[in-house]
Amino acid sequence: MDLYEYQGKELFRRVGIPVSDGRLAVSPEEARAAASSLGGPVVVKAQVLTGGRGKAGGVKLAEDPADAEQKARDILGLDIRGHIVRKLWIEKASDIAKEYYLSITFDRGEKKPLFMFTTQGGVEIEQVAEENPDALIRLHVDSSEGFQPWIARRLIYGGRVEDASEQKQIASIIEKLYKAFVDFDAMLCEINPLIVTPDGEVKALDSKFTVDDNALFRHPDVSEMRDTAAADPLEAFAREKGVTYVKLDGDVGICGNGAGLSMSTVDVVAHVGGKPANFCDLGGGGNAQGVVDALEVITRDPQVKSIFFNIFGGITRCDEVARGILEALERLDMSTYPIVVRLDGTNAQEGRKILADAGKPNIYPEATMLDGAKRAVELAR
Amino acid sequence: MAIIVDSDTRLVVQGLTGSEGRFHGLRNKGYGTNVVAGVTPGKGGQDVEGIPVFDTVADAVDKAGANASLIFVPARFAADAIYEAVDAGIATVICITEHVPVHEMLRAYTYFRPKGITMIGPNCPGVLSPGKANVGIIPGEIFSEGSVGLVSRSGTLTYQIGHELTQFGLGNSTIVGIGGDPVVGASFIDVIAKFEDDAETELIVMVGEIGGDEEEKAAAFISEHVKKPVLSYIAGFSAPPGKTMGHAGAIISGSSGTAQGKKEALEARGIEVGTTPTEVAQMVADRMK
Repeated sequence: MDLYEYQGKELFRRVGIPVSDGRLAVSPEEARAAASSLGGPVVVKAQVLTGGRGKAGGVKLAEDPADAEQKARDILGLDIRGHIVRKLWIEKASDIAKEYYLSITFDRGEKKPLFMFTTQGGVEIEQVAEENPDALIRLHVDSSEGFQPWIARRLIYGGRVEDASEQKQIASIIEKLYKAFVDFDAMLCEINPLIVTPDGEVKALDSKFTVDDNALFRHPDVSEMRDTAAADPLEAFAREKGVTYVKLDGDVGICGNGAGLSMSTVDVVAHVGGKPANFCDLGGGGNAQGVVDALEVITRDPQVKSIFFNIFGGITRCDEVARGILEALERLDMSTYPIVVRLDGTNAQEGRKILADAGKPNIYPEATMLDGAKRAVELAR
Repeated sequence: MAIIVDSDTRLVVQGLTGSEGRFHGLRNKGYGTNVVAGVTPGKGGQDVEGIPVFDTVADAVDKAGANASLIFVPARFAADAIYEAVDAGIATVICITEHVPVHEMLRAYTYFRPKGITMIGPNCPGVLSPGKANVGIIPGEIFSEGSVGLVSRSGTLTYQIGHELTQFGLGNSTIVGIGGDPVVGASFIDVIAKFEDDAETELIVMVGEIGGDEEEKAAAFISEHVKKPVLSYIAGFSAPPGKTMGHAGAIISGSSGTAQGKKEALEARGIEVGTTPTEVAQMVADRMK
């Protein structure tokens, strides 16, 4: 789960990483009020779960409350890489003398947390890595050792931070960032830029924070930060129904059981010349209700013209899936959708018989995954 | 022979008295696996259809001679169950549980890895050596005895490919589902090295998917250390970047972890990659003629 800047900064504040004062606003009027309570110049920042806000005109300096209201009016509703701006973070403006970069992420290949630090901040970190790799200090942390002060020293001396006060402040931020990473079960905590003000104060001017979905049960307060309105409406509906669903851009609706088989089904549909409309995984134990829910989600996509069920029963029983398909035909208006069904594995015979006995004209049984994909693609034309 | 589990496996099921643990523990026993014990804290002294239940894994080792563990406990207790099994001296730990937090697995991995134990999962279907032992949730009836070693990050996709192989009359030495999470115990390399040393295995099929760089690393390992033929299938060619495809680990981040990139890395090392599960089975059949 990705957090907005203002949410990430709230978590930074909780572990003691310095951030500027700010307020959330969802209207120009609220932006004005926020600016007047903060006092002085403010920065109006679009809150979207994507990068490149600055270039898209989503971050603007405002001199006073009236200006903040105007800037908020300009930014609200902007489309930044497909994300519509609905929230603003109004923050006290900071003078910037230097811009650094600090992050900790989870390095899958090494199976260790990875710190990255550079004094060449404020730009895309990939660019620093490419053009000036020596300036980017990378350091893995052994999870069993945890944070030790030498880690901060390696990063600071490696990055050639020379000012003693800066060194001390950054060391403290590095330690706190590691604490945030571990305490909140994060996959990524990034500060870009980490700024030094003309007075020598170091603070986080931005935040990128991703929390492990599987650990949210331990963090109900973080879990509540999820913004369901920002998600794709179909994906939000799927989440509500407990269906694993990713929208794609074609016309063949797909439903499989298990992530790997469902992914492979999407590929095979594309391979035989079709356009998959979605990835949808019934999960390991798909029962009749799960099938109804999945079909409800898939048919909410107006682009869908045909549906391909590709089931290989293990824990999932094919007779349950067949019952679910029939139940969905009763409960939802599905008469316009041709449904291709391929059943194999646990109780496949029973499942096929249930469908055959029902004699529904829009159900097309197929014996193999490949033939099923071909048929579903034909029927979508 | 076979790898990881066989007729010498003496299995303890952690979470045997839970609904999943009971269902699959008994199914594994029905397959012929030597299930010697179950563990559920507070239920020591009970039994599940004749399988004795102990309070601790240490008891299951001392009193029932368990040497392998199958974990079915809920996600928030899974790391604890892994530590308990390892500390009780179990050398083969197979964890089916899904949704285990990454940070917990990261710490557990750092702990058990230097001990040289074989850890499979979490979030995996388990390990099946046809005709010898079935440990986990793989439907045993789909697979028959043979000489194809199959290793995969996915469950049902493995069944699909196993089923396609069966259509060609081909069986398996062992089927290993290593799991779909970002941090799992055994990697493709660990399992492929075991297949390379296994007398019964003649050919290896590696079933990968988007996310991470395990397939790329395996490709380098195979070209340097593996003499047996290896074929591969990769799922997720149509996956969009930045979206998790069902498995926590199946996500394309930036330009890394794409199916195309994996296919190219494998082919650059001379490992053929099939476009569909059917085609992979056909390729295996051609090689085994």
